[in-house]
Amino acid sequence: MSASVLYDAPGPKARIRNRVYSVLGTLAVLGLIVFAVLRLNAKGQFAPEMWEIFNNAGVRTSIRDGVLTTLQVFAVASVLSLVLGVLLAVARLSDHKPVRWLATGFIELFRAIPLLITIYVLWVLLLTYRTDLGLTGDSTGFWALVVGLTVYNGSVQAEVLRAGINSVPRGQREAAYALGMSKTQVMTTVLIPQAVRAMLPTIISQLVVTLKDTSLGYVITYQELLFQLQQLAGNIVVNDDNPYVPVIIVGGTIYIAMCLALSALATWIERRGRRAKTGIPVADAAQPLTAGDALETADLSAPEQPAGKTG
Amino acid sequence: MRMRNTAAAAAVALALAATATACGGEKGTAGDKPKGGEVYDGSYTVAKDVKLDSPTLKAAQKRGKIVIGAKADQPFLGFVDTEGKRSGFDIEIAKMVAADLGFSADKITFKTVDSNVRETSISKGQVDYYVGTYTINDERKKQVGFAGPYYQAGADLLVRKDEKGITGPDSVKGKKICSIVGSTPLQEIKKPKYGAKTTELSKYSLCVKQLLDGQVDAVTTDDAILKGYAAQRPSKLKLVEKPFTEEPYGVGMNKNDKVLRDAITDSLEKHIKNGDYKKAYVGTLGKSGSTYVAPKTPLPRY
Amino acid sequence: MNVLLDHLPQFREGFLGTLALTAASAALALVLGIIMAGFRVSPIPPLRAFGTAWVTLLRNTPLTLLFLVAFFVVPQIFFPGTSPFVLAMVALGCYTSTFVCEAVRSGINTVPLGQAEAARSLGMSFAQTLRLIVLPQATRTVIPPMSSIFIALTKNSAIAGAFSNTELFNVSKLLSDKGFAIGWIFLWIALCYLVITFTISGAFRLLESRLEVAR
Repeated sequence: MSASVLYDAPGPKARIRNRVYSVLGTLAVLGLIVFAVLRLNAKGQFAPEMWEIFNNAGVRTSIRDGVLTTLQVFAVASVLSLVLGVLLAVARLSDHKPVRWLATGFIELFRAIPLLITIYVLWVLLLTYRTDLGLTGDSTGFWALVVGLTVYNGSVQAEVLRAGINSVPRGQREAAYALGMSKTQVMTTVLIPQAVRAMLPTIISQLVVTLKDTSLGYVITYQELLFQLQQLAGNIVVNDDNPYVPVIIVGGTIYIAMCLALSALATWIERRGRRAKTGIPVADAAQPLTAGDALETADLSAPEQPAGKTG
Repeated sequence: MRMRNTAAAAAVALALAATATACGGEKGTAGDKPKGGEVYDGSYTVAKDVKLDSPTLKAAQKRGKIVIGAKADQPFLGFVDTEGKRSGFDIEIAKMVAADLGFSADKITFKTVDSNVRETSISKGQVDYYVGTYTINDERKKQVGFAGPYYQAGADLLVRKDEKGITGPDSVKGKKICSIVGSTPLQEIKKPKYGAKTTELSKYSLCVKQLLDGQVDAVTTDDAILKGYAAQRPSKLKLVEKPFTEEPYGVGMNKNDKVLRDAITDSLEKHIKNGDYKKAYVGTLGKSGSTYVAPKTPLPRY
Repeated sequence: MNVLLDHLPQFREGFLGTLALTAASAALALVLGIIMAGFRVSPIPPLRAFGTAWVTLLRNTPLTLLFLVAFFVVPQIFFPGTSPFVLAMVALGCYTSTFVCEAVRSGINTVPLGQAEAARSLGMSFAQTLRLIVLPQATRTVIPPMSSIFIALTKNSAIAGAFSNTELFNVSKLLSDKGFAIGWIFLWIALCYLVITFTISGAFRLLESRLEVAR
């Protein structure tokens, strides 16, 4: 590791000390893991029979179906949330006061309410007006989940994009107006493309959040991955016990793999973005809050930019 | 080049999903069959050209499928195995009724509805009717309509095999008892008379796991449900066998659909009389240790 | 007719439940997060690796899954018989600690290298450097993201409702099952959350301005 704020390059004495700490640290971490494994093993959670279940065709089909359902919800919700995000961001920067107010209200409301509650309420509402909306079967749960994810993540994406739009140097906008471009033209050909580019890593990090949040479907008994996992763990009895630990380990691995794949995409785009020189910094993918389920994500992503209003 | 990282990570995710299909051999124990062999899976004579002035039924006939809400985690009552096959006493009752409404087994769509969303699900019409250890009571009658009772259960306590302290509802003071949010036995056991501490989860199977792990001292709900869990894990769990409430099970449906309610009541009575009921009972609940008690007919109507 | 007035005790209980859970998990997240941040900036590789693994694993797992882990795996390893409140606190606290950790770490990294070097050349010890030079400055950068982290935590506490914790979401579902109009319940619950989140952001703004003066 290169120089750090906290310590100088270690001298001979410090190197020995660090080595001692390294050994102690490794032992402590290993000890913790070994302790956990031993305890679980004592409870029979690592018995071969417990893991045999994944050889069963039915179990695999359930997990596969769960993964597919989760990805399906994620695909639709992410596309819709991006569309909504663009619309809201533009609306919030609008010259018309009522539009601006409406967008701000929408964004603030849905960012402040737990997504779980939004999804539940949407589900009840959709069920109530099901026939008017022409929804049948499982689609109520699907749309409740998708719409819930869309309004929440759309609101967050809107803030991210707004920060991106504000980070485009003022001169560009003025130059575009001076060239006689209309407001729409300036927005669609000058501002948004650059905003998206600058904020792409942040946008993708938010997509990771969207992916994780599909698991909230359990509250409306929508059969996504986590629901399937819970059902498997609860219904399978091995050695008179339930295989919660194996199922959680496998399920967790799948979720982490999916999220890491998306994050890797964010990092890759960030690196690629660095090569081009437009003078607009690409947001740092490793920023602490870019993964933000956080309320003020966007304000953080571009702290140096004034959140000024247009026009 | 850098693509490789992303691709690798994506490949991991995909591979995990794909293994599910790739080598889906039939090998491997799923261990999900309730002990005591296969449960009964009956078939019933399907009525033809059912004409009832019920909006729920008409909608179901139009879509050609009837949607029935059920439980998925109660062995011998309402259960789904790893192949996705449903079995149990409630499932049999659901099929009997569906047959009389003109729907054969392949025209039924079962939908898993957890206890904590039952009222919403039924009153908002997510399911056409609901058969899932659903106790008839006045509070619920404000929300949903009930046909039945088709079975009389009573709240009991499920404890670990080595438990000596809990011998009945009178000995649970200060003990941790698990049940479902808002369930009737839970309200009862919370009362100062019994004075138990409670843990409220969304599924009974979660409670059972907490009991196995020693997180709670007992699980309380209807004896029929508990017997199923005990029969699945005979070396670890047992019942106290001191019922302390009465839980008449009914078929839940839209509150305002009186025609459907009467039709379902008729159907239940018919099957109780012609012996289908007993056969189904013995083949499911009977296997987990419940003795057969003929339900009282005629069933109440309102 | 009015849902709020008729069920004031439930609402109050739910509100206090959310508050208590948020406060407890926030405290845990803060402690764990700072420790993990310490690990991640420490010169000792295994601890750094542990910190990195902690953050990567927990941040990429759905919170609901962490709740399952807390309720069904943790008691098997450590203290059996822990109450649901504590378990929910563990799940929320560990999840949030990863965000706290990253915020603190980037806060420490914003302190200019020269300052710490200057401190050391003045003969300050590691602890002194940390206490007098690095942390006071890092704190200021860390405060704004911390506010959003705790607001997110408040909202995430809703998930605990399904795991035997009385909080606002639980109340909303109970009342909706009783047949009250969902719209009104939603409005009141939303208001409750807004009260909490505004209090948090207000408190942090106050803290920020205080520290600003100290500069």
